[in-house]
Amino acid sequence: MRFGIAVFPGTWSDRDCARAVEVAGQESVHLWHRDRDLRGADCVILPGGFSYGDHLRAGAVARFAPLMESVMEFAARGGLVWGICNGFQILCEAHLLPGALTRNASLEFRCEMSWLRVETAATPFTSGCEAGDILAIPVSHGEGRYVADPGTLDRLDAEDRVAFRYVAPDGSPVGDASPNGSLRDIAGIVSEGRNVLGMMPHPERAAEALLGSADGLRLFRGVVEAVDRSGSFTQARPHR
Amino acid sequence: MSRFVAEVVVSLKPVVNDPQGLTVRAGLHQLGFAEVSEVRVGKHIVIDLEAESEAAARARVGDMCERLLRNPVIEDHTISIHTPEPR
Amino acid sequence: MPDVMAISDARLAEVALTREEYELAVNELDRSPTEVELGVIGAMWSEHCGYKTSRPLLARLPTTGERVLQGPGENAGAVDIGAGMACVFKIESHNHPSAIEPYQGAATGVGGILRDVFTMGARPVALLDSLRFGPFEEAEQRRLLEGVVAGVGGYGNCIGVPTVGGELYFDPSYRGNCLVNAMCVGIIERSRLTRSAAAGPGNVVLLVGADTGRDGIHGATFASVELNEASSERRPAVQVGNPFLEKCLMEACVSLAGDPRIVAMQDLGAAGLTSSSAELAHRGGCGIELDVARVSRRERGMTPYEVMLSESQERMLLVVRPEDADQVRAEFDRWDLHSDVVGRITDTGRMVVRDDGATVCDLPLSLLVDEVPLRHPPARRPAGLDAALAADPLADSPPWDAGETLLRLLRSPNIGSRRPIFRRYDHQVGDDTVLPPGADAALLRVRGIGGGIALSTDGNARHGALDPRLGAALAVCEAARNVVAVGAAPIALTNCLNFGNPEKPEVFWQLAEAVEGIREACLALGIPVVSGNVSLYNDTAGESIAPTTVIGMVGLLDDLGRRTQPGFVRDGDAVLLLGRVGMDLGGSEYQRLTAEVNAGPRPALDLDLERRVQVAALEAIRDGLVSSCHDLSEGGLGVALAESCILGGRGVRVARRFLAVGRPIVRMAILFGESPSRFLLSAPPDRVGALREVAARHRVELRDLGVTGGDRLVVEGLADLGLDEVTRAHASALLPPA
Repeated sequence: MRFGIAVFPGTWSDRDCARAVEVAGQESVHLWHRDRDLRGADCVILPGGFSYGDHLRAGAVARFAPLMESVMEFAARGGLVWGICNGFQILCEAHLLPGALTRNASLEFRCEMSWLRVETAATPFTSGCEAGDILAIPVSHGEGRYVADPGTLDRLDAEDRVAFRYVAPDGSPVGDASPNGSLRDIAGIVSEGRNVLGMMPHPERAAEALLGSADGLRLFRGVVEAVDRSGSFTQARPHR
Repeated sequence: MSRFVAEVVVSLKPVVNDPQGLTVRAGLHQLGFAEVSEVRVGKHIVIDLEAESEAAARARVGDMCERLLRNPVIEDHTISIHTPEPR
Repeated sequence: MPDVMAISDARLAEVALTREEYELAVNELDRSPTEVELGVIGAMWSEHCGYKTSRPLLARLPTTGERVLQGPGENAGAVDIGAGMACVFKIESHNHPSAIEPYQGAATGVGGILRDVFTMGARPVALLDSLRFGPFEEAEQRRLLEGVVAGVGGYGNCIGVPTVGGELYFDPSYRGNCLVNAMCVGIIERSRLTRSAAAGPGNVVLLVGADTGRDGIHGATFASVELNEASSERRPAVQVGNPFLEKCLMEACVSLAGDPRIVAMQDLGAAGLTSSSAELAHRGGCGIELDVARVSRRERGMTPYEVMLSESQERMLLVVRPEDADQVRAEFDRWDLHSDVVGRITDTGRMVVRDDGATVCDLPLSLLVDEVPLRHPPARRPAGLDAALAADPLADSPPWDAGETLLRLLRSPNIGSRRPIFRRYDHQVGDDTVLPPGADAALLRVRGIGGGIALSTDGNARHGALDPRLGAALAVCEAARNVVAVGAAPIALTNCLNFGNPEKPEVFWQLAEAVEGIREACLALGIPVVSGNVSLYNDTAGESIAPTTVIGMVGLLDDLGRRTQPGFVRDGDAVLLLGRVGMDLGGSEYQRLTAEVNAGPRPALDLDLERRVQVAALEAIRDGLVSSCHDLSEGGLGVALAESCILGGRGVRVARRFLAVGRPIVRMAILFGESPSRFLLSAPPDRVGALREVAARHRVELRDLGVTGGDRLVVEGLADLGLDEVTRAHASALLPPA
């Protein structure tokens, strides 16, 4: 299958995502922010970085890029869209996902290993995992504190849309060791249609044991298997 | 003692490069706001405080600006003081 | 003959020229320089651009070797790392700007060193930062630290280059003058290395990137004078960095590396357009003509003088053939980067600046670059140094409790965990960081060579203050040991010489001695110097910093599977000391804690032994004989044992017989002395025999210390500490005092 990796000015995880896709044995193409063509991607990744310098608000300017119009249309048709770190911020700014990502509770940037509990396997991204699995995947962000109003948080829980929560390595509640102080320890959520995932941690940095963890690869493989099972998530594939 | 509300706007000095302003300007241009010639981004800080008089409040907030709220090396500030609405 | 007295002292001070130097320029030109010319000469003849004090000394450094592709003289050095790939690197200081405005000073320091590397076409893959402040206990010093750390992270994290290492020390001598040295490492195919020598009269000069504002005017001369009360009035000189713009500039430049349309590329750093254009033209033996009217401005009403001396960040000069200019500009447009055609290359050997037709500067390049008036200040060994070296303040001091001392050392801000700092830096982006900060050296995979590079920065100011020559040599040796400790062979280094005002004979003596120290160690270890930077005038209120030689080392590891790290890996491994036992407490952290002095006896350094110890360690690692390897440095054997326990999450028991010697102070010296030329190893018991053979072959001692395991750090008869207590002490070093 083919992953499309978006590149905005200031994006820096594009090459890392391409590497992870390569380790997963799949094909990737870069999608330039000024283009509208998704180049036949089965899954669009909005990677990490500081698009437009994170100026004003992280993701605020990127959401107006021409590419994002295509991505939003693709998502509306059921296409798989995966926002990682800055990509999650862009998805919230674009209202493809509810809530917002604010400055870490520590007010400091954090780059360290985090442990995520898979909360639901009922998404294409986590279909290779089981609920309760613990994944070691690093974070690297200054604005990753997930916030939403209580009603939205209750709805996310009720609809089984929290994909990952930060936990301690043994699976117990993360408490003060949370990398960012996210409400209800939320690390990632999916859209109502379950085809759009936003997560702050970097699974592409956990694709090789040599670099500390290969747990992130399970998510890439999950996407591949899900696409293989269903053929495609979109009702009408864009022109190649 | 009376209650006052001080509004402080901290902005980069005119001579100092403002990367954030440049990005916001480019974003506005991209959205078709071609008439925009310059954007400068600053911080807006609202402080509730008690003081003997408006002048005293202004002096105290001025001191806060010098010591903490602004970075005198690169930033300017303006202060406006008003009386809060009765609750 | 023009009147050399017509110019005021104040104006000369502004451009940092002496009246003698001004007179020299007037005589060469046979006329008074114009305002713009005066600014250009002042900048080019400053210490920062012209190295007028250090140039004769730096010529002493060994700069050649079979791997050297580019030695000093370019934007950065380059070495061959095999498989057609090159590693490009340099370290640079941004001390004065950081003392004035720590966040922006540090951020633009990182921005500047990144540009030096991607100007050569290389993609930056790693940053390291060597930082020095006054005592951590002082709130003002913590404020500076906070600003600098936030600035380093702010720039590096945003641009997406990992900050993988560095070091941090506190010493009273840096109280008024913190040091911020940043090193950048890049990787490129050898064939795509881009140089900065202009060629081809008629070729056009492009200025790309940020618009030019009144940033940092006289920054170069600012870096070449002491900080004083008036420094705060130079504040408009503070530059605000734009890492987002630099990210775009970096991507565009890296994508154009090796492109035949690019004749030369040169970044704008100190003295902006002035020094970049002069160096570009002079390196290629050409001339250059610029029209400042064509330079895009951020502010209205800028004079030609201000445009030529502006230090606005994130700008780059390119030389291209006229017929390629539009295509090259389109490549930058793709990244939303503005470019202007600001001039052309000539064959006149002159730098001519016009302002919309009017000539405002016309100077021979040789005057600006070759004829920098060199200074040969007198050198004098500081009075009192011999007395300090002869002193042995600990000789009769009652020894402290060893366990309590170890905990105090681990809690020292100079020794304890740096995690509160490095977790604020993205050290993983790029997906090649094999060993993150915390090991002796950072280890990065290099795709395409099948192995990796190890990186370390080192420099111990306390040893440097006692004996600058020894201190500099020790810095080279320690940096080399640190890359050896992860299994890499040191191949080349970059240096940053941070000293006080060289017009003081004692400071010039320190500088000259330090250069000799680097030279001796490099020759002994066979490591060339390929790039470097000199930062002088690090003085406040007449007090100079301790002489600080910082070495940035690059090592090469062929097989990542043969890497080592400092943490003990399994229970039951033998723990050994390879190299000297050593008992040097002079200049040690132990001495600082117990006697609050920095005095003798200085550590003994045998450079041939140092070389043999490194070769033996490398051979043992490559033969797969060791489980862990850790360099001994600040806090000596005791701290190394603790760190290997903490990183490995297991304890150690050191046998009584190893320390059953002499007077109590001797035991303290063995535990906490900071002698060079040794490693702490752990190895499976069945490999110890082979290890002994390696040591014997290289005539290096190998002592049995004990065995790994358990959850306590035990030195029989001296210390018995729980691992949790040791870990807590280590973790608390950089937490703000309650």
